[in-house]
Amino acid sequence: MAGKTLYDKLWHSHVVEERADGTALIYIDRHLIHEVTSPQAFEGIRLTGRKIWRPAAGIATPDHNVPTQPKERAAGSDGIQDPLSKLQVETLDRNCQDYGITEFNMSDRRQGIVHIIGPEQGITQPGMTIVCGDSHTSTHGAFAALAQGIGTSEVEHVLTTQCLIQKKARNMLVNVDGELPRGVTAKDIILYIIGQIGTSGGTGCTIEFGGSTVRKLSMEGRMTICNMAIEAGARSGLVAVDDTTIDYLRDRPYVPQGQLWSQAEQYWRTMYSDNDAAFDKVVSIQAASIAPQVTWGTSPEMVAAVDGQIPCMDMMANEQQRESLRLALDYMGLAEGQPIGEIHLDRVFIGSCTNGRIEDLRRAAAVVKGKKIASTLKQALVVPGSGLVREQAEREGLNTIFTDAGFEWREPGCSMCLAMNADKLGEKEHCASTSNRNFEGRQGYGGRTHLVSPEMAAAAAITGHFVDIRDWS
Amino acid sequence: MEPFIRHTGIVAPFDRTNVDTDLIIPKQFLKSVQRSGFGVNLFDQLRYLDEGQPGMDVATRRLNPDFVLNQPRYQNATILLTRANFGCGSSREHAPWALLDFGFKVILAPSFADIFFNNCFKNGILPITLPDQEIDRLFTEVAGNEGFTMEVDLEGEQLTTSMGKTLTFSVEPYRKHCLLQGLDDIGLTLQRAEHIRAYEERRRRECPWLFQDLNSA
Ligand code: SF4
Repeated sequence: MAGKTLYDKLWHSHVVEERADGTALIYIDRHLIHEVTSPQAFEGIRLTGRKIWRPAAGIATPDHNVPTQPKERAAGSDGIQDPLSKLQVETLDRNCQDYGITEFNMSDRRQGIVHIIGPEQGITQPGMTIVCGDSHTSTHGAFAALAQGIGTSEVEHVLTTQCLIQKKARNMLVNVDGELPRGVTAKDIILYIIGQIGTSGGTGCTIEFGGSTVRKLSMEGRMTICNMAIEAGARSGLVAVDDTTIDYLRDRPYVPQGQLWSQAEQYWRTMYSDNDAAFDKVVSIQAASIAPQVTWGTSPEMVAAVDGQIPCMDMMANEQQRESLRLALDYMGLAEGQPIGEIHLDRVFIGSCTNGRIEDLRRAAAVVKGKKIASTLKQALVVPGSGLVREQAEREGLNTIFTDAGFEWREPGCSMCLAMNADKLGEKEHCASTSNRNFEGRQGYGGRTHLVSPEMAAAAAITGHFVDIRDWS
Repeated sequence: MEPFIRHTGIVAPFDRTNVDTDLIIPKQFLKSVQRSGFGVNLFDQLRYLDEGQPGMDVATRRLNPDFVLNQPRYQNATILLTRANFGCGSSREHAPWALLDFGFKVILAPSFADIFFNNCFKNGILPITLPDQEIDRLFTEVAGNEGFTMEVDLEGEQLTTSMGKTLTFSVEPYRKHCLLQGLDDIGLTLQRAEHIRAYEERRRRECPWLFQDLNSA
């Protein structure tokens, strides 16, 4: 009999019951909650008079709407200028209070982007099922947890039943092997993969990332990769447990203690795909062929190597593809065949749940150190992923490196990743961003996003256009 | 949720691949704590020539005459015909809420993004997957025939165009059942409460750390 994949193990250990029609009731261990996708779920619960099944399985934080200006932040949610954002954040506070759910509110130093704080606090653990009303929940899969984004109706379903109704996804394996070239990061790996398989390449699948390159990555790097599994169409990404996983978890506030830790560790170490497990789809990638990546269009699959060019019309296979290219170039104000290095920038954003962790900030700071941002830039922002990342960075003096160079050093939140707060692009402005989506209007109405690694964003901030980080000194 | 049994309506073509949820409903409208009122801002960036903000009086906004849904012939459309990977991007249920609030009950595409697909069913919208060639053909027929309508019969998993052509589709049995009955699946799951508790007990014995109280650390 063939062995089991990591996803098979996670799935089978969480089936409450299978139904004749092929769906199953799946038990959810952890529920992460934020202000944007939860109010209507709590409202539904109020209207129906239902109870929360297990309030102690949930944890909440406001992140999407919060201002990042230190001035505004000092007053907690009272300091939010936008009345709608304020109402949303206060609604979360109230719902958490009313229903007994732990919240890291705006005044809590542990507040941050929900996908940063789960791992940081050790709330995210291997072998768990984790959900959140946010598609980038896939991030937590880096810990060999089955983590997936859900809609608001499902948020309500999990709050009231601790379960989800699902059909098992297919197994997909993406292996990355070999030595990464200097300057090439986890972000480049995932952008490259999406460029290869497309934004629907993983639809209907759970993608496990394996291979020697992934094994060598830090937890931060693995989180960056799993974070963008959804950009390849997969609801969940996964990486097997190894020493790197266990070492990261040790001593985090919410991990089990003492005897319970040993018992848990033993279990966690079974979270990998068996050698003889069968996958429905396998993709193999050589790390050596990956260059630093830059997206040039309005979908993450529209990506090129930094020393490459925007594709040309005559390279497109059919009319639909030509139309997509036309629309994207029109929106981005770019031309076919244009070299990536010629794209000039107006703003730079370093942050988000893709690249807002301490390691990301360290690597960006190393590029920036002792230099100044280009005079042509309107703004360069660094937004740490959580209050604790911010504190750590300040202890290491990273904030000073950034501010000396001309960056703004902000309070934690989603910020310009989706521009629900005041941090946004103006019309037609080009931005080098370490976030995960370059959709039209994502970072501001008419804004033009280029997704890159923190190193690439930092270097672009210094030069004012994209440069090859492999040549940086 | 309203039951979905049979639906007849005008078909509007939206010829674009990878339509993401940011395009369906931009983030500034996600600040609402309600489930309704999103229809006027559906496809906001494409539909209007100015930047939309919550609370704006849409009557004062400039419509984009080139956007397909603004064409008189597609007013009152309730069936959306579109391209591959529709609904990719975020998990925001505001996307199906906006489509529904605008009036769409059925979406036809060669493929959908997983989370969006799922969210549709929770709100009484029927997303139908059809082969690429069928979608291509429908685009041509809709363009060539003003007032093109379609009758969608969920029970029979069949749709009939106003040109008299019949196509079949399939829907997973559980989803179909919920749509036909207009069932709230929380109620259904709660009927299985015993089983959930039994699972919890067994799991608590095997992996006690999973039940650590997040309220206490
Ligand atoms: S940082 Fe961006 S992608 Fe991540 S949760 Fe926030 S808005 Fe979503």
